[in-house]
Amino acid sequence: MSDYSEIEIKTSDKKAEDLGLTKSEYQKIKKILNREPNFTELCIFSAMWSEHCSYKSSKKWLKTMNFQNSSVICGPGENAGVIDIGNGLAAVFKMESHNHPSYIDPYQGAATGVGGILRDVFTMGARPIANLNCIRFGDPSHPKTKYLIEGVVAGIGGYGNCVGIPTVGGETYFNENYNNNILVNAMTVGIVSANKIFYSKASGVGNPVIYVGSKTGRDGIHGASMASAEFDQTIESKRPTVQVGDPFTEKLLLEACLELMKSDSIVAIQDMGAAGLTSSSFEMASKGNLGIEINLDKVPQREKNMKAFELMLSESQERMLIVVKKGKEKEAEKVFLKWELPFSIIGRLTDSGNMVLYKSDKIVANLPISPLVSEAPEYDRKWKRSKHYTQNPIKKLEKLDLKKNLIQLISSPNLSSKKWVWQQYDHMVMTNTITGPGSDAAVVRIERSDSALAITTDCNPKYVFGNPKSGSKQAIAESWRNLICVGAKPIAITDCLNFGNPEKPEIMGQIVESIEGIKEATEVLNFPVISGNVSLYNETEGKSILPTPQIGAVGVINDISNIASIIWNENELIYILGKNDIELGCSAFDEIIEKTGISEPPTINLKQEKKVGSFVLNKIQEGLIKTCHDISDGGILIALAEMAINSKIGAKIDHPKLDTTPLEWWFSETQARFIVTIPKNQKAVLEKEAVTQNVPILHLGIVKGNTLQINKEMSISLQDLENHNSSWLPDYMNS
Amino acid sequence: MKVSLIIFPGSNCDNDAKIALEKLIKAKVNMVWHKETSLPKTDLIVLPGGFSYGDYLRPGSIASKSHILFDIIKNGKKGTPILGICNGFQILTEAKLLPGTLTRNIQLKFICENTYLRVVNNDTIFSSRYNNNEIINIPIAHHDGNYFAPDHTINELEDSNRIIFKYCDKDGFVTKTTNPNGSINNIAGIVNDSKNILGMMPHPERAYDPLTKNIDGTKVFTSLLDIIL
Repeated sequence: MSDYSEIEIKTSDKKAEDLGLTKSEYQKIKKILNREPNFTELCIFSAMWSEHCSYKSSKKWLKTMNFQNSSVICGPGENAGVIDIGNGLAAVFKMESHNHPSYIDPYQGAATGVGGILRDVFTMGARPIANLNCIRFGDPSHPKTKYLIEGVVAGIGGYGNCVGIPTVGGETYFNENYNNNILVNAMTVGIVSANKIFYSKASGVGNPVIYVGSKTGRDGIHGASMASAEFDQTIESKRPTVQVGDPFTEKLLLEACLELMKSDSIVAIQDMGAAGLTSSSFEMASKGNLGIEINLDKVPQREKNMKAFELMLSESQERMLIVVKKGKEKEAEKVFLKWELPFSIIGRLTDSGNMVLYKSDKIVANLPISPLVSEAPEYDRKWKRSKHYTQNPIKKLEKLDLKKNLIQLISSPNLSSKKWVWQQYDHMVMTNTITGPGSDAAVVRIERSDSALAITTDCNPKYVFGNPKSGSKQAIAESWRNLICVGAKPIAITDCLNFGNPEKPEIMGQIVESIEGIKEATEVLNFPVISGNVSLYNETEGKSILPTPQIGAVGVINDISNIASIIWNENELIYILGKNDIELGCSAFDEIIEKTGISEPPTINLKQEKKVGSFVLNKIQEGLIKTCHDISDGGILIALAEMAINSKIGAKIDHPKLDTTPLEWWFSETQARFIVTIPKNQKAVLEKEAVTQNVPILHLGIVKGNTLQINKEMSISLQDLENHNSSWLPDYMNS
Repeated sequence: MKVSLIIFPGSNCDNDAKIALEKLIKAKVNMVWHKETSLPKTDLIVLPGGFSYGDYLRPGSIASKSHILFDIIKNGKKGTPILGICNGFQILTEAKLLPGTLTRNIQLKFICENTYLRVVNNDTIFSSRYNNNEIINIPIAHHDGNYFAPDHTINELEDSNRIIFKYCDKDGFVTKTTNPNGSINNIAGIVNDSKNILGMMPHPERAYDPLTKNIDGTKVFTSLLDIIL
């Protein structure tokens, strides 16, 4: 049998369907080619037209989002988005999902998720300075949950720690709807000189195409199509579709690429991510309106007798495709030899407009690039508006007990401390982590400067389920608030849209409404989406995950001497800025105590968010406010408890009086609110300015002592609070 | 002071160490690639943290066979000060410049946190500016920091005052519960018998900047200023 017998494999509707292509897509392929594709070609179409690579279900809606403000240098469409952060520097960032692989093989799935997003960022010339990771698991009582957490956390740490990029934040969340479909969304932020950004658009007919990085093996073949299908009981058999990561090679590749980028050798560069060599070569050639020739025999190979389709679809990790200027091959070679990386000149750019693949001196595929990209399917899938819930009436539980409820909440899986997770991540390497995990937003100094970036990730999937549009607005508003809490000016976001099967109208409805919400919030807050990723088909046996439009946001701090944190100081006065109300729909209080079920989540008033947020930011930048925390899951009492625990100082809260306020007030998740503290002598200043600017302000009490005390009715010691908050996760993992 | 900072493939705290050396002791830092065969003129050699060779085989083992190690060993035996941090400590034990070995943490997990250390011996060039029994707080970040050596070696280290740092609690008590990784006798850092080579798992280069809220590692560097007075 010859090495490339796949050419002989007859293609058909059935073959196409096996590869995830529909009948009409197969017809379209035949029309584009004016002939039957051979098997290799069909595999290439299958990868390029997979949901994962083509965004065919979401494209129509994604296009409507807001991508611009005055800081944006590069929006969606490149490996990552880029914003101007001043002083001649730019920040490059993106978030990406690795959900299906992480469920099948938690360690490798999560590890390679980190690897992939790191490459997206350093491909653009940026040195990664921070990783974040949002991980969502099923119910803690589900038999697989513990095993999945163990593997995912070790995988994230194993990869990021070895490459030497701090993991500075993220989210860990539990809900039974993720029982059989966990989410692992990894984000990386990097820094680059604004005039040294590298893009993937190829140019210059005749320029050589260089492959560098790990050798190609059979791992990850059909990964992109796997990530575009629902799960069923046969998933164990899909383990070979999960790639295996090697963070050591990633580190070498990172250093080698950044070193080569210092010369002027590189024309275009693209990492080999989903659909490997196929999508990287297509993207580069397509953006440059050029053709490309690749000799597959030249591809560094880990295994013998690899077939053309295997080489084209392999998702072996830690690989880059680089177009260099003709004559600069030696320069590239020198750098790659120094870093001991496999590399090879595998092809060249042509003016044919076609991708031509050779193997053993024969043409094994010949595809027109432009139609394959421009005629990629785009679906206007049927969708229906989500059910509208009303707010459930408060049940008025007779024995509502502030202390007991506080303890129940603060020790619950979602509100308890996640230190067990983040102490397995090196969050300090690079020595710029001013504020690390466990805070509103991470603050990472820009090396050898007085400025910093603030980074946060947010989404409350219950809100999004209760109301996809306002829940998505809330995710953005919360990330905006979290950046402000540390004193950063919010600049832009990346999103990772995790949903179920878009072929179901109710799921498609969630997607459409979520995008509507994102669009509105990003417009009002001038907080555009500059990169992102869509992960669909997050379903197992017909059951969808909670809709999870995960937001990652970046803000700029120009002067690190004026940052704020969650840490308060003895004798400071405590205030709430923002309007208080009682809204318990989809709240933590409802989930754990009242249990009334799904209802309308808290209202989002973006103008109010903007007004209150801008006021707080201004006062932090002026140096008046040094302590700030946003009110989110669990409401005021949880926010106060978190501040007390982190500061190791208690508080005496005198207002409002308990007899005039329902206990639920303390757990309401009404939006657009911050808790701030200020020294006593600034009382008049803050109160006056808030009133002048029409920002609601409420004095709560004073930072004091070693208990958290609400009026005379409730008092809990810091030690108790801390114990209740910190013990759940380690106890669970050790049980 | 002229410092040779050695870079292996996979080192990732090299830049952190460089910044700390420049800021704290105004060092002139030469970044020395592992394939070099001789060191430039040097007052101090630093082996930084990271994952040299991806920790393959054993942490530090492949790096300990690098070309540059011949000259490092030669210099070390001549008395040139050598500071090995984290992976640097692992390389020093693999190169037999320090006794014992660093095995996997007892809980089998990577661990990154601030840890309290007790300065057990301030009579070395690396610890002279600390007080004896001073309690300091320096972060660790490792998967393999569990120090092991046979009893006679441990006894020898203890008897000859070659243990410089021990993990402790905030009041200085050295107990099992304050041992983050299972190290015998809570050992966090040791020197060779001529006391010119220090290996330590905690990262002093991460603890000098008030902005990151920890400055207790500063004196590991500033103590070295006294050697060229």
